[in-house]
Amino acid sequence: MDYANSLYLTGPEVFLSVSGLILTLIAAWGGQKAARLSTILAVGALVGASIITAAFLINPAFEQGGDAFGGLYRMDAFGSVSKLLIYLAGIGCLIVTPRFFDKGLEYRPEYPLLVVFASVGMGMMVSATDLMTLYIGLELSSLSSYVLASFTRSDDRSAEAGLKYFVLGALASGILLYGMSLVYGFSGSTSYLAIRPAFEGTLGTGALFGVIFVLAGLAFKISAVPFHMWTPDVYEGAPTPVTTFFSTAPKVAAIAMTARITLDAFGNQADAWRQVIIFAALASVVVGALGAIGQSNIKRLLAYSSINNVGFILIGLATGTAAGASAMLVYLAIYVAMSLGSFVAVLMLRDKDGNQVENMADIAGLSRAKPMIALCLAAMMLSLAGIPPLYGFWGKFVVFQAAVEADMVVLAAIGIAASVIGAFYYLKIVKIMYFDEPANVVTGKNDLAHWTVLAVTAIFVSPLGYLLTIPMGALADRAAAALFAVV
Amino acid sequence: MNSILLIVFLPLLAAIVGGLGNRALGNLPVKLITTGALFVSCALSWPIFLGFIAGDAQATVVPVLQWVQSGSLDFDWALRVDTLTAVMLVVITTVSALVHLYSWGYMDEDPDQPRFFAYLSLFTFAMLMLVTADNLVQMFFGWEGVGLASYLLIGFWFRKPSANAAAIKAFVVNRVGDLGFMLGIFGTFWVFGTVSIPEILAAAPAMSGSTIGFLGYRMQTMDILCILLFIGAMGKSAQLGLHTWLPDAMEGPTPVSALIHAATMVTAGVFMVCRLSPMFETAPIALGMVTFVGAATCIFAATIGTTQWDIKRVIAYSTCSQLGYMFFAAGVGAYGAAMFHLFTHAFFKALLFLGAGSVIHAMHHEQDMRYYGGLRKRIPLTFFAMLAGTLAITGVGIYWLHAGFAGFHSKDAILEVAFARGTEMGQFAFWMGAFAALLTSFYSWRLMFLTFWGKPRWAESEHIQHAVHHGHDDPEAHNPPVQEDAGHDAVHAVPSADQGDGTAGYHPHESPISMLVPLGVLTLGAVFAGFIFNPQFLDSAEFWGGSIYYNENLIHAMHAVPLWVKLTASIVMLLGLFGAWLAYIRDTSIPGKFVEQFRLVHRFVYNKWYFDELYDLIFVRPAFWFGRKLWKIGDEGIIDRFGPNGAAWLVLKGTGAAKRVQSGYLTSYALIMLLGLIAAVTWVLM
Repeated sequence: MDYANSLYLTGPEVFLSVSGLILTLIAAWGGQKAARLSTILAVGALVGASIITAAFLINPAFEQGGDAFGGLYRMDAFGSVSKLLIYLAGIGCLIVTPRFFDKGLEYRPEYPLLVVFASVGMGMMVSATDLMTLYIGLELSSLSSYVLASFTRSDDRSAEAGLKYFVLGALASGILLYGMSLVYGFSGSTSYLAIRPAFEGTLGTGALFGVIFVLAGLAFKISAVPFHMWTPDVYEGAPTPVTTFFSTAPKVAAIAMTARITLDAFGNQADAWRQVIIFAALASVVVGALGAIGQSNIKRLLAYSSINNVGFILIGLATGTAAGASAMLVYLAIYVAMSLGSFVAVLMLRDKDGNQVENMADIAGLSRAKPMIALCLAAMMLSLAGIPPLYGFWGKFVVFQAAVEADMVVLAAIGIAASVIGAFYYLKIVKIMYFDEPANVVTGKNDLAHWTVLAVTAIFVSPLGYLLTIPMGALADRAAAALFAVV
Repeated sequence: MNSILLIVFLPLLAAIVGGLGNRALGNLPVKLITTGALFVSCALSWPIFLGFIAGDAQATVVPVLQWVQSGSLDFDWALRVDTLTAVMLVVITTVSALVHLYSWGYMDEDPDQPRFFAYLSLFTFAMLMLVTADNLVQMFFGWEGVGLASYLLIGFWFRKPSANAAAIKAFVVNRVGDLGFMLGIFGTFWVFGTVSIPEILAAAPAMSGSTIGFLGYRMQTMDILCILLFIGAMGKSAQLGLHTWLPDAMEGPTPVSALIHAATMVTAGVFMVCRLSPMFETAPIALGMVTFVGAATCIFAATIGTTQWDIKRVIAYSTCSQLGYMFFAAGVGAYGAAMFHLFTHAFFKALLFLGAGSVIHAMHHEQDMRYYGGLRKRIPLTFFAMLAGTLAITGVGIYWLHAGFAGFHSKDAILEVAFARGTEMGQFAFWMGAFAALLTSFYSWRLMFLTFWGKPRWAESEHIQHAVHHGHDDPEAHNPPVQEDAGHDAVHAVPSADQGDGTAGYHPHESPISMLVPLGVLTLGAVFAGFIFNPQFLDSAEFWGGSIYYNENLIHAMHAVPLWVKLTASIVMLLGLFGAWLAYIRDTSIPGKFVEQFRLVHRFVYNKWYFDELYDLIFVRPAFWFGRKLWKIGDEGIIDRFGPNGAAWLVLKGTGAAKRVQSGYLTSYALIMLLGLIAAVTWVLM
């Protein structure tokens, strides 16, 4: 009975895992020709998992959530909201993928398969209430990611990206595991619920080492400074759909996972980790902004932009309050839309032979050649810069509001100052598109899938997004409350 | 009495429609709308005025909107209509309507007519707002509104650098006066706790005698307030010291000079002093200052007027001088006489300006009187209009018949009342005024003789030569980028060139009907306004109905002055006329000899007493120097260098560093991760 209940609570993961296995079989038998079919099925699987997750969210019987497998896994509003974001991002990334590989690059059924397995891992990450579950989920998603990064094997840059990601990821995993072992050693348990009471009051050096090492390992996944070094290289080198995926779903998973472990397991040691998070947040904001300015490759610029945004999200986490966690989720949701929209817009930039355009000089005067793409991309950029009335402003606003309410005025002030620096390069892209002499490079056509994703995300970041403010805020508040309810 | 709402807001509506419609509407609709609105306003104003003349109208206040309610500061938009306002209403709407009509002809070839007419209507609205104000703040609104319109209209030909400079000068000089006015308003609110004019006037006598600390001295409260307010009036009415902008303002189109810089806006200062006359009556020192400044301006401007060559400048200095009369009349306590002169002056000075405009129009934009002459027969209607204006301004009339042109009634009354006042300041004003009247007569006839009598001297004028030889270029020759229009040329000139009679073959033409009708109407005003309205303005306390301070005893004393005082004005007028005739008709070599003899004096006067040069030295240069320092050192050296530029430099350096760190080598990436880890651990353990 207990076992059945546990399986039921882990429904999304079980469903996705089974789907993944079926997709494996299809890939094995169908081979190359099954690529399109397996993409459609993978999207279907993610949609199914989303429905299951949403059903948990709206089912009053699970208002308080539930523990599965003896405390290894927890289904609650926080996890469900995060998972919804992850799945939706996954769907968005998958449906714009096939077109990318049309041009000579071979598309294989493994691609959607890997996305599905990564999603399983990420679902486990956000629901994990035990260091073991956490690690398994993390590795599952990481290993899928390494392969995805080097998916176009014939491309040197892609291979280099995959290798760099793998080596540094292994290092980060080592640090994380070492931290976990220290935590286990000093608390006697791997369960969040048990670690929390054990880590009360002043910690010994060893336990502190453990906490910091765990955080450092997680920071790698979030790509927070100074563990961000892989991000620009991998984002630039990986195939653009993969970069799109990296900049959305795993970000949500890693941040949600970090929030849960810091607020639950290390909830009594807020003073210890807060310093580190604040530093990481500010460093990310500043380095992200500064790094982006010198870039000429759009993907690389967006990589720095994602580092910059992670900094803002961490400001919400650094407050350590429910309001901060809620603000963080709101920001994450808006960020996913902005990031997805930006990368899809970049995906839609093709020259007359259908090749991807990544160089910023080539999008000069885009407003005349492709006015709609230029308009959407401009909206994304202005939204990322946090300029009202676009929705990106709201995300920054709630995060800074949470910081100010938590008496972290200086943090908020530095964040705002850095967002001014950030505005420079976002505006630069708008300027290049609208005011520079047309380069007439971008002439390629695009399919309906791209336009759909672009339109949906553009509408979301447009002022119309504010219509969602109240339901989204309520959902984020509920999710954040769930995080604090365990205590 | 709600016609007042229409009177005030129709011009605003017309200005908005005309200004925003502009080219979309086209010239004719905009002209029709603005001019039509003004004529309606005018038609509605006269019944109000005549109601007060007949004595059956009551002063009313028509509320429009609540404006400010903040603590004890509480006032509304409201339109006050009493005798004083009614006088101003007819002056403003009549002159404005006529000027609108006149501009149909005068501005006919200008490419920016809608803009011009919209500005004119906007000005009229602001001026009406000023004179209907029930509180000082609303008056200030109108005050600034007319200042703005004046700025826009002086600089109407904005492609001409001198017009821009004149516009800026007018605006800046007025700011100086406005500062005084503002301080006056602040001080009044501070002392009385209200900005409502009736409440202030009611409370003013009780404040008489109290003192106030100002700039470290104890001073009479009412004196200091009134002096501050009067400084505002000095700026707007171009009184000595703050007069420098008025002559330059002649850069604007001539109809503007007639409306704003002769008949209405420049009299706002006089109006304000009269409106606040019960307050000024409690401030003897301030009144003394008003008298002195008025008398000094009166004589000062008249001396300059005798030497200028530009026809518009002569009339501008004449305006300045006549305003001086109004002020010293107010200063000696004869507010009725001041308003009477304001009223008559509006008609004859607008007439003179529009007449001058007609001459300029006929003479192909030549404004220098040295190149006029003999125009009497060429443009007879303009000549008769100008003659009427001159007779009015010089105050021609017969004492024993009590009949004369407009200026005879108002100016003579002012001189008599100044004498009757009996104070030293009054005496000073009387003698200055009498001498100025002589000069007025001289320069006015000089203008007439140079323009209309003698032989044509047109041949030397560049404008005329241009017209004869090169055809008629753009209409006003002011805003260059307009299309050439040679068709008009045939009216002016026959190509057969100089016929040896000084005309250079040029044929001046009489102005179109739209310009002659206003001249005719104003001529009627200049001839009859004084005679008709004399009894009410000067001798009727009932007429004024408490809207100004009315000193009955002073008026009795005015009528009782000795005969020689009453005849003074007429005598000096004849002297001036004789002098002008001698110098410019009988023996035209006299002016040259005079200048030769009194070279220094002439140069001093001709150069406007060197006021502009003095101000340039004292204010303009130091201000420029100071501004340049602030710009170079403060702005560029400190704020920019350490602010935006410094931040940009920092960001650029940071970007460089970030790029260098991002080397692409795995080992360095791993190293940075580990260093970060160590730093974090160290930080937490410390």
